[in-house]
Amino acid sequence: METEVASSEKPHLPNRLGVKGWVWAGRYTLERYLYTLHRLTGLGLLLYVALHLGANGFRLGGEESWTSAIDFLTNPFGRVVEYLVMAAFAFHALNGGRLILQHLGYTLGKPKPPIYPYVDSMRRRRPLTWVMLAVIVALAIYILVEFVT
Amino acid sequence: MQELTFKVQRYTPGQDKEPYLQEFTIPFTEGMTVLDGLIYIKEKVDNTLSFRSSCRMGICGSCGVLVNNFPMLACHTPVEELKTDRIEVKSLPNFPIIRDLVASLDLLFEKHKSIKPYIISSDIREAEEPTAEYVQSREELESYVQFAYCVKCGLCMAACPTVATDALFLGPQPLGQVYRYCTDRRDMGAKERFHEADSPHGVWLCHLAGACSEACPKGVDPALAIQLLKRAMVFDSMRLAKKRQPVTLAHLPVESKPKIEVPEFTVK
Ligand code: HEM
Ligand code: FES
Repeated sequence: METEVASSEKPHLPNRLGVKGWVWAGRYTLERYLYTLHRLTGLGLLLYVALHLGANGFRLGGEESWTSAIDFLTNPFGRVVEYLVMAAFAFHALNGGRLILQHLGYTLGKPKPPIYPYVDSMRRRRPLTWVMLAVIVALAIYILVEFVT
Repeated sequence: MQELTFKVQRYTPGQDKEPYLQEFTIPFTEGMTVLDGLIYIKEKVDNTLSFRSSCRMGICGSCGVLVNNFPMLACHTPVEELKTDRIEVKSLPNFPIIRDLVASLDLLFEKHKSIKPYIISSDIREAEEPTAEYVQSREELESYVQFAYCVKCGLCMAACPTVATDALFLGPQPLGQVYRYCTDRRDMGAKERFHEADSPHGVWLCHLAGACSEACPKGVDPALAIQLLKRAMVFDSMRLAKKRQPVTLAHLPVESKPKIEVPEFTVK
């Protein structure tokens, strides 16, 4: 086997980055980080929906188990989690809107003959993405204020 | 900068279990590229180092490597641009390692071939024995010419987070080329290529991380091509696509030169 590998022209070390390759955005810039965050918030929201349905299930256990579940959710930790869910939803929904538009080629502009220094379409249109992020941050702050007061 | 520290990935299949980094200290010369550094190491320090290069001017696409964790063409990357004297060079991720820095691009070429990267003409005879020139407006040319600059170096595939998790995903290079050909007015092969791109490992696995376009050393912007491809495919499936007129021919008054015999392939 050893000699076969050494003499064969077939390479055998796959060297694929795997899950680390999609989580870790490394030296790539903004949109690559948004990609990871969109997936993480999507999965987080999914987890929340599952837990939410599970928690509502406590109603089946009668009043006592329901109030104990509610007690947990109204303690400070539960409130923080609730806030994070709202903030994650704000991000996921707005960034999702951007993705739907861009997946269909909108807001990206037209192809341009590549003349050095190259700027690709997503970077050309990055100001729009910053505006979107500003709206998300504003929303997150607004939700926070609503939560605290 | 007087000296550079090159940390170069070494790996010999059958001999090494895992790739490892070997350190070389080499002199810095003004204007040198990462490829110059590798050539220096091979010529002056360790002639067992394997890497691939040919044109050393960003044309052939064979010297793609991972430099300080970013995919780059070694010949196209001046050391000064890296703004550090410590340079780590590894083979391109998401491609199998043949040896040291040499990644196998076989799968990329297979995928590229699978999308029929050539003009599919409705008139075979005219394509084989042209009697005239095709007319294209500037706008028609600009709708695809950016994507025609692809040198198949594989940097976009190394950057793509979907390729990282799904080896069979067609990936930014082939998908970008699907759009390049389908949007060319001389081409009539959109249906065939859309079918290829609509597969479970096709265009819908692109989640628009944009890393491919960031890594592309030729300004090809595969991410843009892929999103425009999605739109074309959605419109096509909803029968909203504008019907395209076949390209027109311009019969020029001049005699064209006789067709040159195609030589035999040197590599079979
Ligand atoms: C207004 C509401 C929402 C919008 C506009 C939206 C939009 C999107 C879009 C466009 C994608 C695809 C992104 C891509 O290209 O990868 C996506 C993915 C996803 N979404 Fe949402 N979404 C919304 C709400 C939700 C909710 C409530 C949940 C959870 C219950 C959720 C869970 C997910 C998950 C798990 C993914 C897959 C992530 C990935 O594969 O990267 N989304 N969403
Ligand atoms: S050697 Fe040809 S692209 Fe670098």
